[in-house]
Amino acid sequence: MQTIKSPYNFRGGIHPAYNKKLSNGSAIESLPLPAVLSVPMSQHLGAPAKPCVKVGDEVKKGTLIGAQNGFISAPIHSPASGKVKVITDVATASGRPCQAIVIECDESNETEFLPPIENWQKSDKDDLLTRIGETGIVGMGGAGFPTKVKLSPPMDKPIDTVIINGAECEPYLTSDHRMMVEHAKEIRIGAEIIRSILGAKTLRIAIEDNKPDAIKAIEDAFQDIEGDVAIAVLHTVYPQGSEKQQIYAVTGREVPSGGLPMDVGCVVENTSTTFAIYEAVIKGLPLMQRVITVTGDAVQKPANLLAPFGTSYQDLIDACGGFTEDKPAKVISGGPMMGFAVSSLETPTGKTSSGLLLLSKKRVSQYSSQACIACGRCVEACPMNLIPSELSQFIEAEDIEGAEEIALMNCIECGSCAFVCPAHRPLVQHMRRGKAAVMAKRMAANAKG
Amino acid sequence: MKPENQPELYIISSSPHTHEGSSVERIMLDVLIALAPAFAASLYFFKLDALRLTGTCVATCLIAEWLCRKAMKRESSIRDLSAVVTGVLLAFNLPPSLPTWMAVAGSLFAITICKQIFGGLGYNVFNPALAARAFMLISFTGAMTHWSSSDWAASLASGAADAATGATPLGLIKEAVKTGASIPHFSTATIMKLASGNINGCLGETSALALLLGGAYLLYRKVITWHIPTAYIGTVFIYACILHMVSPATSALPHMHLLSGGLIIGAFFMATDMVTSPVTKKGMLIFGVGCGIITMLIRTVKTGSYPEGVSFAILLMNAITPLINRGCRNRVFGTKS
Repeated sequence: MQTIKSPYNFRGGIHPAYNKKLSNGSAIESLPLPAVLSVPMSQHLGAPAKPCVKVGDEVKKGTLIGAQNGFISAPIHSPASGKVKVITDVATASGRPCQAIVIECDESNETEFLPPIENWQKSDKDDLLTRIGETGIVGMGGAGFPTKVKLSPPMDKPIDTVIINGAECEPYLTSDHRMMVEHAKEIRIGAEIIRSILGAKTLRIAIEDNKPDAIKAIEDAFQDIEGDVAIAVLHTVYPQGSEKQQIYAVTGREVPSGGLPMDVGCVVENTSTTFAIYEAVIKGLPLMQRVITVTGDAVQKPANLLAPFGTSYQDLIDACGGFTEDKPAKVISGGPMMGFAVSSLETPTGKTSSGLLLLSKKRVSQYSSQACIACGRCVEACPMNLIPSELSQFIEAEDIEGAEEIALMNCIECGSCAFVCPAHRPLVQHMRRGKAAVMAKRMAANAKG
Repeated sequence: MKPENQPELYIISSSPHTHEGSSVERIMLDVLIALAPAFAASLYFFKLDALRLTGTCVATCLIAEWLCRKAMKRESSIRDLSAVVTGVLLAFNLPPSLPTWMAVAGSLFAITICKQIFGGLGYNVFNPALAARAFMLISFTGAMTHWSSSDWAASLASGAADAATGATPLGLIKEAVKTGASIPHFSTATIMKLASGNINGCLGETSALALLLGGAYLLYRKVITWHIPTAYIGTVFIYACILHMVSPATSALPHMHLLSGGLIIGAFFMATDMVTSPVTKKGMLIFGVGCGIITMLIRTVKTGSYPEGVSFAILLMNAITPLINRGCRNRVFGTKS
């Protein structure tokens, strides 16, 4: 095991104020069990899970309450023991309404877990994959893609490199950072499980150089590991945690446009996901909780809280001592670069909730946008080498095809362009709208053909 | 007062929720700060004329900008400071003796015809100050090429200069090129004067040192990048070197080309105008090289009648900027070309 400075740098990127000091020294704390949990059936990419309990049913911690509904989907388990109070629609962080099972928690703390897989090194690869699927593990870095699917590439796409993503490039967020500092040993086992499932020769732990304590903890935990394993220390630049940029930074390989990491022999897993795999295999725990960073200048005591899914933002804020005098003007699920602004503190957490950011009025930038002055700063900032200025003008003029021709669909919505735009143009909003129009067009074409 | 039980309202907007803090106003302010040394130099050399013309141009541009937005029923854009920048740049491109009314006419043309008719800042095809200068050069040819506030030409190159009207260094060179006479000899003292700005020429373009200081500030503030100025000035230098090597008798020394005329102000302040120059680095380099070649063609081709080519070179390159942008996109991540 060695620590290497990554020799590759992706083009573009930005250096926002990271503001991680608010919470990166706070050890992970368990949230006291909330009285009520509203567990959304859609906490992942793909089809929402189907409720498989009825109102009034008693559930235990770990009871399956939402059944996987299709190939790209994931099951949902009750994060606490209690009784199903109601099944209703809630607004999730992304703003989309979705079904949620509301559980009135009790103190009995009865559990219904899966049996641990003894001696996982000797077990069948398919058993491990089944376990990852049945415990509902999805990518916890943000996308929520079902991990079982990600770890089952077709035969013609051999994987030689597994990258554990500990970059956590979003400003303010520190949940992955704390996971690495406090659970490096578990992450190591999770990483070894992933490597063995994929039969990958190379394992890299990618960490930005602004987290020296995480690098140290991982170094210690991985010391005696065998094979081609290394910590890839990355420059601190946003979006270093973006899958494509990270694969390039670690291996020098470019995921082809429209392609997937497996096209270049790579799989990237987030550190929290890796920890979840450890818990699923070694302890038999379904994915029911995660560490979420509650931070920002509008909350009293920023913290990294281990909270069950379905916890309302209000409960998280209460656990952090409530608001400061400034009160939040904006409530963001996730980080300031890619997170979603939410309208209600009743919003429940889910598998991809890495952060809750509460910004007071003085931290919230509201601008009216101006015409593009073609300064080219977005072009410099774009890590995908697009021309955001031109793309946004095409989309503004409703020329979606024109935008598509100049590679609109390659946009990863990282927000670097809008961050640097002196005319404060809502570039990401334009991209999202344009991409949605292209997707709608493609769906229509598919339906016809 | 907010009624009881009404939930707090939070701001909803698309990500990102943070910004580096840059603004169009700040960029324009930086350009103005960068132009301050050149303005000080022009005040020193041209005294009240510098104040008169710069004041006239800035005031007229601001009024024209305000009136245009009012007439178009659009939000006022006075505060973005772009009209001030246009006014200063136009004034810096005028001869000190120019009548005030002509400066007013030029400023009106710059803001209304060259900028607001296209939709205002960001939509203009040509740099407004340069386009207005071209308009004035054609409309008021006499006044726009009349240099009288220095006895420089008479004392240094009396053979070729018309002492009564005065002439710029490039004017003298062009005259020599056209008549087939040998290029006037410029002493070291002359070159020092060129660098400091103690010569005939437009208000703000004469002091190369003051302009370079401003250019350095723009680079430091990352308002501009090195690409356009370097490509532009480098091309002019190489072109002039080649000419001088081929025919030393009939071509000026390369540093004469660099220090005289509007090259420095053009390369740092006009060619780098964001709106009318390419957005990619590759495009910027092509743009700069194109500006350099056209400038030298205008300056040195015998049949031409203009001694100076910076304005027209940049305007011509402005016109093909959309084409350059189209041809110089970066290779998208994960694609072959």
